[in-house]
Amino acid sequence: MLAVVGTVPNPEFPLVAGEVKLKNGTLYIHGNEIPVKRGTPALLAAAIKTLKKLGQKEPFGYLIGDIGNGDGSQKLYQYLVKDLKEKHFQTIVFHYIQPLIGWHSRILSVLQKITPTPILIADAGFMYVAKMSRRSSAYDLFTPDMGELAFLADELAPHPFYTRGFLLHEENRVPDLIARAYQHGNAAQYLLVKGRKDYFADKDGVQTIIDTPMEEAMEAIGGTGDTLTGIVAAIISSGMELRKAAIMAARVNRLAGSYAHPSPGTQVSEIIQYIPKAIEEVLKSESKNHKNIHPEMTVLEIIDRYRETESVFKKYDEKVGGCICCQALFEPLRQVAQKYQLDLNQLILDLEDSISSLNTIKITHEGGESR
Amino acid sequence: MALLEFLKKGQPRIEESKKDDRGFLVFENTSEVIQAEKVLKKRGWEVKVMGPPPEIRKGCDLVIEFPLIEELKITKTLQEAGISPLQVIPVSSPLLEPVNLFQTKDFGKYFMVQAANMKLTIEKESLMIVNISGGGCPDVPYLAEQMVGKPLHEAPSPRDIGHTLCGYALQLAYEEMQRRCLQL
Repeated sequence: MLAVVGTVPNPEFPLVAGEVKLKNGTLYIHGNEIPVKRGTPALLAAAIKTLKKLGQKEPFGYLIGDIGNGDGSQKLYQYLVKDLKEKHFQTIVFHYIQPLIGWHSRILSVLQKITPTPILIADAGFMYVAKMSRRSSAYDLFTPDMGELAFLADELAPHPFYTRGFLLHEENRVPDLIARAYQHGNAAQYLLVKGRKDYFADKDGVQTIIDTPMEEAMEAIGGTGDTLTGIVAAIISSGMELRKAAIMAARVNRLAGSYAHPSPGTQVSEIIQYIPKAIEEVLKSESKNHKNIHPEMTVLEIIDRYRETESVFKKYDEKVGGCICCQALFEPLRQVAQKYQLDLNQLILDLEDSISSLNTIKITHEGGESR
Repeated sequence: MALLEFLKKGQPRIEESKKDDRGFLVFENTSEVIQAEKVLKKRGWEVKVMGPPPEIRKGCDLVIEFPLIEELKITKTLQEAGISPLQVIPVSSPLLEPVNLFQTKDFGKYFMVQAANMKLTIEKESLMIVNISGGGCPDVPYLAEQMVGKPLHEAPSPRDIGHTLCGYALQLAYEEMQRRCLQL
């Protein structure tokens, strides 16, 4: 089960823990209503839409009102330290919470005693405090935007507001920033960097870039990062391997945005309603792509499109006693098979297997939808 | 002996990391420090008066350590009490300065200003704030709720209703937007 920990922008909102439902664009938890605008409510709405589409249960929410003075966050931390010991979630995503180092350490120490350890995702304030505490590597996934990536890359910065200027904001420097974040131990095991292009990365650098469909307006729309975090958390909790879930989530989020024909004035709630349709489309196209490796594609084309196939070529290197990627990068697969006397059909099957991922997920068709 | 050395070497790093969520308020003289401490403690903030680190070259012999994330609310409270600090700096690295770079994007009908991790977008014709994005502090969704859908000159200032460093960054974007709107 997925758990979502975060805050609601209403100082009167009580501390609540329980299953969260979405009806007609409003969230419900223990009889409390939460409008879906941005922040944790947007994350939750996106997660619920995704979970429902994948035939999964609604998420468990730990929520409290906080408008920035940290009062709510402190009570939430206190409650979590006790309650998380009793629960067994498969995935936990921590979101808009006041970054307080002392409390973060206590939460982490509780989480690390749980077996099996849940998959841990941090975004927003909780990602800040994980970095400030120098405990980033304890997390499986961070979902920073570009400004936050620069903050992770700046080993001295205690907050994005103090990120040094030389690190800021040039998209072509993303690989350097990612490398620097890992070099100083300030990245989670995996990063999904959200922005004009989305980047999935690990300690070895950028693994996949997801840049279609491209909607320039998305950058201005508050909450589109929250929806991406909600979608990826929901897919991971449904059992998909993290790397594949991250790529799928980025594609779903972009597609849902595109279906909404956004302008910079579009609100995120208009995008969330397209998530189920986007999931369906991504799964459909993935299943089509699955059969799309053909003998005339070059090694470069295949690796460029499906980074994960590189490991298959490396396995074949041992068989052929050479380096296929070094010696035949620009050659079509058919020619590679002839050159090294390989079974072409088997090679295609092995390559396809390495990318056959998304269509193993079940989807639930309309009827389960709430809006 | 080697173990002792190791433990000794290891200790400052842990202490240091515990301080990464704190900042220093630097004042002209000690009487301001004492007054500021009184004001902040009365308002319930957890603050501590201490000696400044060697990197700080301005101010008197005492500084106030405070929760850095709440810089916006704390400096506003002190300004209202007539005791503005000379400088506000992070404990982890006293030479760091707040972000002062802005990025802008023209979407045709819309215009966006970004300061640090905060982005503010308006519709040019009506000067209506249509979106606020970025920023992970808990006042961001609240600030967005209060400001989106209002014209720039009628929306509350993040300085007045925000609390955190994200609110501070949004204030910078808001001021930059106001400055640039005269040129649009």
